[in-house]
Amino acid sequence: MEHLSYEESKKKVFKGLYLLAAVTLVEVFLSLLGKGYVIPGAEKYAAVFFVVGICLIGLSLYKAYFIVYEFMHMRYEVKGLALSVLLPTVLLIWAIIAFFQEGNSWKKRRELIEQKDAEPAVEDADLQGRLLEDPTLYRPLG
Amino acid sequence: MATTESVIEQQQNEQAASQNGDLWEGGKSPFRASYGKIMMWYFLLSDAFTFAGFLIAYGALRFSSPTWPVPDFVFSTAPFGIHHAPLIFVTIMSFLLIVSSVTMVRAVQEGHRENKRGVMIWLFLTILGGSGFLGCQAWEWNNLIGTEHMTVNTNPFGTWTQDGVYLEDEHGHAYEAGEEPETFDAGESYLIHKHEGDWVQREVQFADGSRGQQAFGPKAFGALFFFITGFHGFHVFTGVLILTIILVNVASNIYVERKNGYEMVEKVGLYWHFVDLVWVFVFLVFYLL
Repeated sequence: MEHLSYEESKKKVFKGLYLLAAVTLVEVFLSLLGKGYVIPGAEKYAAVFFVVGICLIGLSLYKAYFIVYEFMHMRYEVKGLALSVLLPTVLLIWAIIAFFQEGNSWKKRRELIEQKDAEPAVEDADLQGRLLEDPTLYRPLG
Repeated sequence: MATTESVIEQQQNEQAASQNGDLWEGGKSPFRASYGKIMMWYFLLSDAFTFAGFLIAYGALRFSSPTWPVPDFVFSTAPFGIHHAPLIFVTIMSFLLIVSSVTMVRAVQEGHRENKRGVMIWLFLTILGGSGFLGCQAWEWNNLIGTEHMTVNTNPFGTWTQDGVYLEDEHGHAYEAGEEPETFDAGESYLIHKHEGDWVQREVQFADGSRGQQAFGPKAFGALFFFITGFHGFHVFTGVLILTIILVNVASNIYVERKNGYEMVEKVGLYWHFVDLVWVFVFLVFYLL
């Protein structure tokens, strides 16, 4: 545990205020840049979209780190406490990967249904409930 | 922020010295932090999982939709008749929360020095910041529900997937001769207006020659927005309530008698910072991305 004087730690708090405010302003600027407000037409490039997205996520994680470590004093707690609180959140990484994958799959299903709906209906009513003679007519789902 | 050796630490050192022999008596709490503080941390951890569940559901549903309303189009209105000011109002809301977080840190610092007056001033400022945020959120919701007619299951914010041109003006009337028709690009969002109780879905012609009309946006958007920002707003609301209770307690000298460096202020401070922490991510996924 480091010990700062009262004056020093007061100064440090207000430095934190400027830091968080500046990071938020940079985030808003980047977001508007990615949407084509700063440079018209920039939103049409996929690279701009990805780079801006990654920067925004990075800056938000930095803000979260700063709030937990400085404002919530995690830096000055015993290591065991910090680990027991922070390590479980690692599980969320898998939740994010799994559920975004799931979201993508739903999207593909919806597109497939729309595509099937647009196709002309098969005239032969007897087809219902019977196996198709031509196996190539079966198409994999998704 | 670390301060000069605080009252809590002094007490902890004394405790540690006197209790070395009776670990089994329950007198010593783990991690050299008080029971209340540790339990606040674990409560916040579980709350973080609740919020993460909501935000990940938002991500999954957004990924599953072919289009999603563009946030800087949806959130471009501010009080006093300001329009077309993308993200400005919500940035002000973020600043309010950040500032109230900083005033909370100051209240905790003054508490460590057993400075009752300081704690009261900074706690009061924190309550003001939180109330300001709630007021802004009330305005934002009122604008979305009352003026733009978004509800939990109706989302009038749609997005074009192709370039095209409008065949009707904003009131649903065909353009008159000589009027320049409005055009739109793929990826642009629009708001379906309500005119005398009826939705006006403007007719359009796409670049490939086909015709269509403004369709409603993904339904999940309204439900996700109101539930997630509402759940966060409820946290801010309870935070303001608890801060007020603590302020009254400070004023009535309860924590002076406990002689533990206003630890209660520190615990409610943890909760308040957590509310700010969650907003960082709500701000990211709803407004920035």
